[in-house]
Amino acid sequence: MEPFKNFTGLVAPLDRSNVDTDQIIPKQFLKAVVRSGLARGLFYDWRQRADGQFVLQQPRFQKSTILVARANFGCGSSREHAVWALQDYGFRALIAPSFADIFKNNCLKNGLLTVVLEPEEIDAIFEAIKRHEGYKLTINLTEQIVFDDLGWKARFEIDEFPKKCLLEGLDDISLTLAHEAEIAAFENNHPIPYRI
Amino acid sequence: MAGQTLFEKIWNSHVVFEAPGQPSLLYIDLHLIHEVTSPQAFEGLLKAGRKVRCPARTFATMDHNVPTTDRSLPITDPDSKLQIEMLRENCERFGIKLFDLGSPEQGIVHVIGPELGLTQPGMTIVCGDSHTATHGALAALAFGIGTSEVEHVLATQCLWQAKPKTMEIRVEGELGLGVSAKDLILGIIGRISTDGGTGHVIEYRGSTISRLSMEERMTVCNMTIEGGARAGMIAADQKTIDYLRGRRFVPTGAEFERLADYWLSLQSDRDATFDRSMTFDAASFAPQVTWGTNPGMVADVKGKVPDPASFQDPTQRRAAELALTYMALEPGTPFEEIKVDRVFIGSCTNSRLSDLKAAAEIVRGRKVAPNVRAMVVPGSQLVKNEAEALGLDKIFTEAGFEWREAGCSMCLGMNPDILQPGERCASTSNRNFEGRQGAGGRTHLVSPMMAAAAAIAGHFVDVREWAK
Ligand code: SF4
Repeated sequence: MEPFKNFTGLVAPLDRSNVDTDQIIPKQFLKAVVRSGLARGLFYDWRQRADGQFVLQQPRFQKSTILVARANFGCGSSREHAVWALQDYGFRALIAPSFADIFKNNCLKNGLLTVVLEPEEIDAIFEAIKRHEGYKLTINLTEQIVFDDLGWKARFEIDEFPKKCLLEGLDDISLTLAHEAEIAAFENNHPIPYRI
Repeated sequence: MAGQTLFEKIWNSHVVFEAPGQPSLLYIDLHLIHEVTSPQAFEGLLKAGRKVRCPARTFATMDHNVPTTDRSLPITDPDSKLQIEMLRENCERFGIKLFDLGSPEQGIVHVIGPELGLTQPGMTIVCGDSHTATHGALAALAFGIGTSEVEHVLATQCLWQAKPKTMEIRVEGELGLGVSAKDLILGIIGRISTDGGTGHVIEYRGSTISRLSMEERMTVCNMTIEGGARAGMIAADQKTIDYLRGRRFVPTGAEFERLADYWLSLQSDRDATFDRSMTFDAASFAPQVTWGTNPGMVADVKGKVPDPASFQDPTQRRAAELALTYMALEPGTPFEEIKVDRVFIGSCTNSRLSDLKAAAEIVRGRKVAPNVRAMVVPGSQLVKNEAEALGLDKIFTEAGFEWREAGCSMCLGMNPDILQPGERCASTSNRNFEGRQGAGGRTHLVSPMMAAAAAIAGHFVDVREWAK
């Protein structure tokens, strides 16, 4: 995994709660057998809308790297393709009042930062986007802050461990394999339950 | 020491390594895999030159994109075919037991796990699929994971997990005639909402839960994820033991008796405390119908499509407006007047033998309405065979239902079984998200009895009036 670097990016507003992973990437794109090239499927149905009103159809939000949405973002299916698609499209961080558990895990394993802010802070971001074309936010994970260049700023919480993994781009599996002795000891006292 | 919950007992007995300020390294007893969320995990293993640490704890099936029509015909969709072939190849390469398409034990991963006795009480179980919560019905700690975690478990048989919080949902009393486990869980999700359980593991308890059959318990635990919780679980009791006795991967003889004693000890202690608790009265649940685009948008069948203006919270109001637009529903329409085009009885929520029996009871001697296309997809080949031995297939086909081979089918429409744009479906599956069953398709989640009755009537009906 690439280490997460602090960055400044254009913010796209997705004013919906309970955005599910079926929406983020519909089933037909789950037939991929590799992780790359999934941007095509990102929000596929919404990006086909005839009225052109979906946020990623609008020219001013092309090249966004931060997506802000409402509560319970990423609910539903565990498909990690949702994360791969968001990243492949160019998103590096997501901001919402809450994320679904499996989705959040999937994000962090891939280096896509999930930032949880208070609903009022999210309101403030939606408002700012309405008022300022090209509204950008800077995300500083080291300091755990999000801010714009107009003086607005919010702090966010993140557990120490995922933060460290993100900043150092740590590979989970190598980390675990360093505990080989403990795993082997555990297995010795823990028989396999099946006879095939 | 304070008492422990069922969850804590299983968790504590699986911690391999723990240190302050980081998640725990948890040992995984059973890892189930399928064709859709595994290819990239195997690719990762191969690239890094790693092995599967414990093939004997890993089992694979094909379910998500398999055709449910004649299995002797070749699979026409090249992408599905590729995923299926890759799973076959990966299982062979790494020595993993696969229930392949031709196997009499193939089926939906969450149906075959318990059915084959792979799922056992006290285990930690994961699968790259959110409905892994199903297995919690057998007093296991079971949860869905993403593909990176699938790769991690393949390589290490462990997972890093932050300890979730605990939540107790008690249901007391008797469910009414015609009110099923599906109505119970839909009703619960409607009350706690789709993120009500986020960060928690739910234990279902109380007299109503004890009365449920094992298959009904699976239906309840299955949809726990729709309430946002990490996992759902139910303590083991005599029903659990009776269910498991004699299943293919369950030990026999003295070993079984020893295990059964251990399984029965898997209860939350009397003095155990939960981070959150709530109690519901079974009598307050009626047959449910979803009206929106997430499972929390649900109401009693006797009700009407709600008016978005009746929602106080602006985000909820907007969500309801968007949902009704997508669903093409007018506020105030009684559910019983909503016509359906399709009926789907299947999915890991409701495709077990008891589900098919319940639906068949409604269908027996009746005909599917002329404007409806209806389909039954058993959860596994074993379920299919048992149902056929009971003659259920005849009841369905004589009424005009299609009778299919086992798989996920129209639950998510990765195979050719999909809704056409604008079609409205009464479905026993678990997700009514936009486009879930096919782009532009409109899904109403209901119980097997409710789906069967809708197929006959051509619109939703209160099945309590039929069940008498
Ligand atoms: S039946 Fe549906 S919900 Fe269940 S595993 Fe298959 S696709 Fe997922």
